[in-house]
Amino acid sequence: MKEKKLTLANVASALIVLCLYVAVFIAEQKLPATSMLFTVLKKGATYALVAVSMNLLNGFTGIFSLGQAGFMLIGAYVYAIFTIPLEQRVNVYQYYAGGVVQFTLPVFVAMLLAGLVAAFFAFLIGLPVLRLKSDYLAIATLGFAEIIRAIFQWNQLGPVTNGSNMLRLFPTFNDFNIRNADGNVTVYLSTLVPLLVAGVCIALIVMIINSTYGRALRSIKDDEVAAEAMGINLAHHKRLAFCVSSFFTGIGGAMLAMYQTTVQAKSFTSAMTYEILLIVVIGGVGSVTGSCISAFLFVAASEWWLRFLDEKQMIGNWEVPLLRNGFRLVVFSIIIMIVVLFFRRGIMGTKELPDLFRRKKKAGGELK
Amino acid sequence: MSQEHVLDIRHLTMQFGGVVAVNDFSMHIDDGEIVALIGPNGAGKTTAFNAVTSVYEPTNGEILFEGETIARSHPTGKMKKIFAGGHPDAFVSQPIIRHTPDEITKKGISRTFQNIRLFSGMTVFENVLTVQHLRKKSNFFTAAFHLNGAEEKQMREKTMELLKIVGLQDLRDEMATSLPYGKQRLLEIIRALATDPKLLLLDEPAAGMNPQETLELAAFIQDIKRKFQLTVFVIEHHMDLVMGISDRIYVIDFGKQIAEGVPSEIQNNQAVIDAYLGGDDL
Repeated sequence: MKEKKLTLANVASALIVLCLYVAVFIAEQKLPATSMLFTVLKKGATYALVAVSMNLLNGFTGIFSLGQAGFMLIGAYVYAIFTIPLEQRVNVYQYYAGGVVQFTLPVFVAMLLAGLVAAFFAFLIGLPVLRLKSDYLAIATLGFAEIIRAIFQWNQLGPVTNGSNMLRLFPTFNDFNIRNADGNVTVYLSTLVPLLVAGVCIALIVMIINSTYGRALRSIKDDEVAAEAMGINLAHHKRLAFCVSSFFTGIGGAMLAMYQTTVQAKSFTSAMTYEILLIVVIGGVGSVTGSCISAFLFVAASEWWLRFLDEKQMIGNWEVPLLRNGFRLVVFSIIIMIVVLFFRRGIMGTKELPDLFRRKKKAGGELK
Repeated sequence: MSQEHVLDIRHLTMQFGGVVAVNDFSMHIDDGEIVALIGPNGAGKTTAFNAVTSVYEPTNGEILFEGETIARSHPTGKMKKIFAGGHPDAFVSQPIIRHTPDEITKKGISRTFQNIRLFSGMTVFENVLTVQHLRKKSNFFTAAFHLNGAEEKQMREKTMELLKIVGLQDLRDEMATSLPYGKQRLLEIIRALATDPKLLLLDEPAAGMNPQETLELAAFIQDIKRKFQLTVFVIEHHMDLVMGISDRIYVIDFGKQIAEGVPSEIQNNQAVIDAYLGGDDL
């Protein structure tokens, strides 16, 4: 009986997600492609994926890592390097005689590779870094992200990374649109595909969290000493979590490259990591659903809803004070402070979407 | 014969800086026994436990589990000069052997903690389910894609069986830390049992329990010992419990063994009475 109710909650959640996808698909066909909504959805999908993979590390395993920007950078570069069309390479690598990589991979293969390379780097970094705890680990991973950013701009690596110049002309989200022979778009998929990719990746993360490995990771977060005494190999499982998280962060990086249409190492600053961290904290450390919701809210607020704060606004003849370039960030900071002070557990706490349906039923069950 | 002790501690010394917490302590436990380790506060009981479970590496000495050496060490480096324990040269010629706590648990030694250490973010059910991870046969990918359904089902069934033993099956979805204290103790014991141990180490299982609960706990320990064919090694302060269930008792004070024997011998041992009551210098 109990098990059946649980499945019911899961089915309801799956239906909601499915409805959202259908809604996006319909909206994409009806609304103009330049609508701000799609920008938000595309970037939101990217950030949601990265935030959930950060949550896997910070919220479920208790490893406080701040290396996200570094792994996203690796993912973005790997994707870009291997997907720029051959005939365009001369233009992109104009200072490096077309670069050394002279083949291209299909988009999804390149995305997978982006994840794998990021995971490989995570493995290497993890060997020394995962011996550290809490703040020290955070500082070490932050340092790693900064170092990676510098290395990718290094002139000597130019034939591969194009030095400090940007990579461009690789396939972007818009290439997912299905066009007819004249080049006109017949079916718009440029928003749906990134959402699907992010959805599949997040579903995989959820499956990992719900497996025996996920439980082992959660036990490490709860009590390392007890977890180790109960036969869970700390080093192995922490490394596993770090690599898996970085794998999906790498894929997120590839998606960010597609969203931005260009890749340049200097844009992957630690501020990007903090944005992700913010999303995780606002959504609820330890809630996948929370991370997803807050990723879209965060992107919508910063790219769309709060934009007006950066421009002069007139009400009648009266000019609203304080509104100028950069004021948006002030408002943002205030919102964050409010969240930290009054909603310490974030939007969702540690709850997930199915829990919202389950709670009512459980309360009813207890009454009987 | 002497090779087939379940647990065999030989000349164990644990020294932290200048403090000798356990000094030249030897003991053994045979199959199916309940052996207690008692002593006044700070005598080094938990330190000995931590050495057995490899939380600490012995400063000197050797620990064997079912004839296999699970830890062996001798003083090295600076410790050579300041070492104050007994038999400093006994193991010098033999290689150092060390394991991590999880490896020890996989070999079949499981433990509980003096201050309860349940997984606070998990339900009662998850606490017991989680620790079966160490006996899993699936690898990361089969587990991540949920292709190990049979194993998962088996884990869940075993969890329910264990919960039924202590009557927690109706509280399975409660958070573990919201249980009353006594129930948390029981949960911690069955969580240890979920790792399929041969030797169960209980660190003050009756701490904070009233006399009635202590009696029930004594019966419970004997019950699970029979049911799971365990050997039990227990640290305890409650003399009712210790005298009631132990086959043999070791007494240590200031890290040194002062007595060993069956409960009736210990009760009448002058050195033990002195250690507990203060002895001559009063």
